[in-house]
Amino acid sequence: MVKRTVLFILIFSFLAVLPLFMPRFYVYLISIILLTGLLATSLNLAIGYCGIYQFHHAIFYGLGAYGSTLMITKTNVSPFIAFIVGPIVALLFSLLIGLICLRLTKLYFGMLQISLGSLIWAIVYRWYSFTGGDDGIHGIPVPEVFANIKGSYYFTLIIVSISIFILYRIVNSPFGKTIQGIRDNPIRTVSIGVNIDVHKLVVLMIAGFFGGVSGMLFVVVDNAVFPDMMFWTHSLEILIMTLLGGMYTFWGPFIGAVIIVSLRTYLGSVTQYWPMILGIILIFVIIFLPQGIYGLIEDFIKGNAHNARS
Amino acid sequence: MLVVKNLCKDFKGFMAVNGANLDVKKGEIVAVIGPNGAGKTTLFNLITGHLKPTSGVVQFKGEDITGLAPYKICKRGISRSFQIVNVFSKLTVFENVQLALFSKYNKTFKMLSKSSKFFIEETEDILNKLGLLDKKNINSELLSHGDQKVLEIAIALASSPDLLILDEPTAGMAPKETERCIELIKKLSREYGLTILFCEHDMKLVFDIADRIMVMVRGSTIIQGKPEEVRCNEIVQKAYLGDVC
Repeated sequence: MVKRTVLFILIFSFLAVLPLFMPRFYVYLISIILLTGLLATSLNLAIGYCGIYQFHHAIFYGLGAYGSTLMITKTNVSPFIAFIVGPIVALLFSLLIGLICLRLTKLYFGMLQISLGSLIWAIVYRWYSFTGGDDGIHGIPVPEVFANIKGSYYFTLIIVSISIFILYRIVNSPFGKTIQGIRDNPIRTVSIGVNIDVHKLVVLMIAGFFGGVSGMLFVVVDNAVFPDMMFWTHSLEILIMTLLGGMYTFWGPFIGAVIIVSLRTYLGSVTQYWPMILGIILIFVIIFLPQGIYGLIEDFIKGNAHNARS
Repeated sequence: MLVVKNLCKDFKGFMAVNGANLDVKKGEIVAVIGPNGAGKTTLFNLITGHLKPTSGVVQFKGEDITGLAPYKICKRGISRSFQIVNVFSKLTVFENVQLALFSKYNKTFKMLSKSSKFFIEETEDILNKLGLLDKKNINSELLSHGDQKVLEIAIALASSPDLLILDEPTAGMAPKETERCIELIKKLSREYGLTILFCEHDMKLVFDIADRIMVMVRGSTIIQGKPEEVRCNEIVQKAYLGDVC
């Protein structure tokens, strides 16, 4: 426990001093990695911890981003209020979509969510006068502090850290255990007096909210939104991060995000066949690492601890 | 305490339960027996809300609970175990019982406090009662089958029910484990005054511990009465017991 705290303090301090010596591009890249890590972790709350087939998580990412952006461009409120509005929009939509989709379970839930999500994407994609259509909105006037990449980096680092901390507390709380019970054994869970649907809905709202936070951070870092952010292929990519890192672990999805975003950035610049490489990685992970990379690391640590004891 | 009147369940033309009647008084141990496919488990599922009855009435403590959602029925004081082992396999024995306590005390929406700090004493107390305390940190899927069945009862007990429903508590148990289970059920009834409704194929167990027995054949109640009455009832003998008597 102490070891882990020390490790986190070290990582956080390292991330905090990073912009002082790193080139602009890397600071930008790490901001994107951090906010994508939050996005994958928020998805994992629903799919990994509660077993809900949240197939179109990118919708909430997009809604958080568009919600914040439209508040900034269409109204006169302070951008900081707009940054709160975005995630709340994502939360409200996850409530709405959840209410409709929770009538179904498992794959049917996922399929209906993809349909409803695609509907939202289509509206955003075509509604030129309001959302900018397929061009999206660029050069969003964010506050002065975020004009410099360092400003937006620190903002992202702090918000992501707080959000991850909250999510970590949630999965280890009575609520967290209850939703894991729902995942493992819904019939037993309802028999001990738990209203499953209400718990699932709350999970979806939390996941949607933090997905929205992640989208809002993208606006802060990139000053742009575009419909691709909420296209279903992006949802697939987040899902792959979660699988790659380890769905049933807390840190797995974050690690998955680090790997996928880094690979996408480097390989994407040297080859057009990045999606193909991604596909091959995925095949290997599913066959050889069903617990994901973090699952492997965990086994390794546990194995070592075991060997040391015996 | 529990009254079931003329309960029916129609599965698309197949009457799984067809006119079941049952009456359980406070403090009693009541057994439901019947051949395979008689509708015992369906009857329990109807009582606990896992299935909605086609017709008929279920009353508990004088109130109509017919067709309520399972979690609501649990909150009213009926909790159950399952025929096929049904524990939270990824959680430890301790966490299995603790989870039921979160629900009992309405803490399932507590999001920011550590779950491991809650109800330690009460959880250990329940595990101690059922003789599982020394296995509390074991992952429940690693328990023996017999222990898992007992853990099922522990989870059901954690909700502090007024009525405990056990669906074939000794199914698949070794003879020694069965004995332990019988002792356990007797103890729960005697020492904690629990009302118990169970179904079982093991006739020795049924006639040993039940105060009253209800016999079901093809979904219908044939008789409910004291073990002697049931044992010597002609229809029951023909339908079920064969030449035992």
